[in-house]
Amino acid sequence: MSALVEIRDLARTFSISRGLFARRATLTAVSGVDLDIVKGEVLGIVGESGCGKSTLVRMLLGLLAPTEGSIRLGGTPIGALPRGALARRMQPVFQDPYSSLNPRRRIASIVAFPLAVQGIGTTEERRAKAIATLAKVGLPARYADNFPSQLSGGQRQRVAIARALVTEPEIVVCDEPTSALDVSVQSQILNLLIDLKRDLGLTYVFVSHNLAVVEHIATRVAVMYLGRVVELAPAADLFRAPQHPYTQALLASALTPEPGRGIPDIGLGLAAPDPINPPPGCPFHPRCARAMDICRTVPPAVTSRPSGMATCHLLAPSAARAA
Amino acid sequence: MGGIEAPVLAIEDLAVRIRTPAGELHAVRGASFEIGRGETVCLVGESGCGKSITALAVMGLLPRTAERTARRLAFGGEDLTRAPARRLNALRGDRMAMIFQEPMTALNPAWTIGEQMIEVHRRHKRSSLAVARGRAIDLLGRVGIASAARRLGQYPHQLSGGLRQRVMIAMALMCEPELLVADEPTTALDVTIQAQILRLLADLQRELGIALLLITHDLGIVARIADQVNVMYAGRIVESAPTAALFARPSHPYTRGLLACLPRPGTTEPGERLGTIPGTVPSLVGGIAGCAFRGRCAEARGECAGTIPERAAAAGHSYACVHARAEAAA
Repeated sequence: MSALVEIRDLARTFSISRGLFARRATLTAVSGVDLDIVKGEVLGIVGESGCGKSTLVRMLLGLLAPTEGSIRLGGTPIGALPRGALARRMQPVFQDPYSSLNPRRRIASIVAFPLAVQGIGTTEERRAKAIATLAKVGLPARYADNFPSQLSGGQRQRVAIARALVTEPEIVVCDEPTSALDVSVQSQILNLLIDLKRDLGLTYVFVSHNLAVVEHIATRVAVMYLGRVVELAPAADLFRAPQHPYTQALLASALTPEPGRGIPDIGLGLAAPDPINPPPGCPFHPRCARAMDICRTVPPAVTSRPSGMATCHLLAPSAARAA
Repeated sequence: MGGIEAPVLAIEDLAVRIRTPAGELHAVRGASFEIGRGETVCLVGESGCGKSITALAVMGLLPRTAERTARRLAFGGEDLTRAPARRLNALRGDRMAMIFQEPMTALNPAWTIGEQMIEVHRRHKRSSLAVARGRAIDLLGRVGIASAARRLGQYPHQLSGGLRQRVMIAMALMCEPELLVADEPTTALDVTIQAQILRLLADLQRELGIALLLITHDLGIVARIADQVNVMYAGRIVESAPTAALFARPSHPYTRGLLACLPRPGTTEPGERLGTIPGTVPSLVGGIAGCAFRGRCAEARGECAGTIPERAAAAGHSYACVHARAEAAA
């Protein structure tokens, strides 16, 4: 396994105002993240809102500088890469195809825009490339001169995907790409993403709160909680046998369409995690039904397994002996 | 279900037309269903199918540009089709209540939680401040909010999204409504909070015998909470079935298509091709003759442009399609 992207000890904090007279507070959005992105994989990233997945994605795309740690693409820190070089190799697809497309530009021009920014080709060549890329995402050339407002939500998301692919990137970072879409459109976009990955040899980072969708498309999954990766495992293992109590609760809360199962009692409690005042010890302990004394004071170490990791005192070798 | 008891809500042939610059939009085109005491009925469908408009029509909260007609719209046996605004104001918040997707649009940002909860009880029940306050504290506790008395003095913006949604549920329950209409109550929330809120809603509904009308686009929620499911497409209920029957024997081509689109762990393999529904929803401006789904349906034929029969698949299970489905009747 060769890592395309190596993320090491990555952290990002924000200084936020809490009112006119209060002292500014420090919000830790991402902390101590180690993660590799392997060529050809679909790395799913899941977690509740505020867990840091969007901040992580923005750092990955070079839109936000890390406070600490490094992200290397093919061995080079992304901060040292020229902007265009990073953009050619890694492209985003965002959640909302209504706000992510310029309403005043025609479809071909939207798709060709990354090429124009990078000064690649002539206007005619760029337009030809845009139309060829639109064909790959299932949009015929007759849409080339339409405006986004003339397209449905699913068609707009195809345009956003075409724009991401036009520079022939290696990695596409999909941030909730189907969350704004209806079920019948979501399935079309998922099918398309799977086809494109196979045909073009792409690597995806796939952020979603929809666990059924992640289970469907991801090959490996990172679970985030309060800015940290608390579990990382191949998708099949993670969904079959989640190790971390948070992963277990998260998966249990997914309402799969199985009549008669009722609404699960996931036992997470009501204490919403606060990224300004993260709890001492394990950040998950206030909501964890299996928290022990050590969890309240000592941050858990990483327990590595051949194919992944988890951070929980219950999984540490000493805890296994004590239990 | 209802049994011999009269249903809490009985709707027959509900239609809503909305005036738009492009013409008259037939948002709801003849919806009929009932909800009994202690029963949960789901209205499920994709954007623009008319499910939220149906909920607003039941509550008498449609915008001024909308016109509502119904053969019958009975709440607790009382005909609401011609009820004056004063009567509806007296019922809403008291015997019928509604919760919305985004609590910030339903809660008044300038009033504390306590003021809003107490006002609704005092106004409808003519109760004393102490009684209303006691009930508010009791209900905040019931929806799982700790230190309820302190929360009463807080403003909506001081609460997290999950807490605000709990406050809205508590507020809707202040006067012990017989009918609760919930429009996508957990769509804006994390899955962990969603499970807790829905579990709470289901528990309270069972305990208090509330008739619950739940509007959602999420078939997972439907499977877990509904007694009866109404699938809406282009303003019409195309299939109505007890929950288990709907998932085991979907009979309308749209319902079947929708279920095939879902990644279902254990049923679909990771990475496998999911079903799709080609085409888009037709425009409802000016109305539609025949089956509105026929343009996207693989089984469409000539008769689909004509009158569509209502077929019974089993007890409580009906669908509107020209094709009789043999396996559904079995």
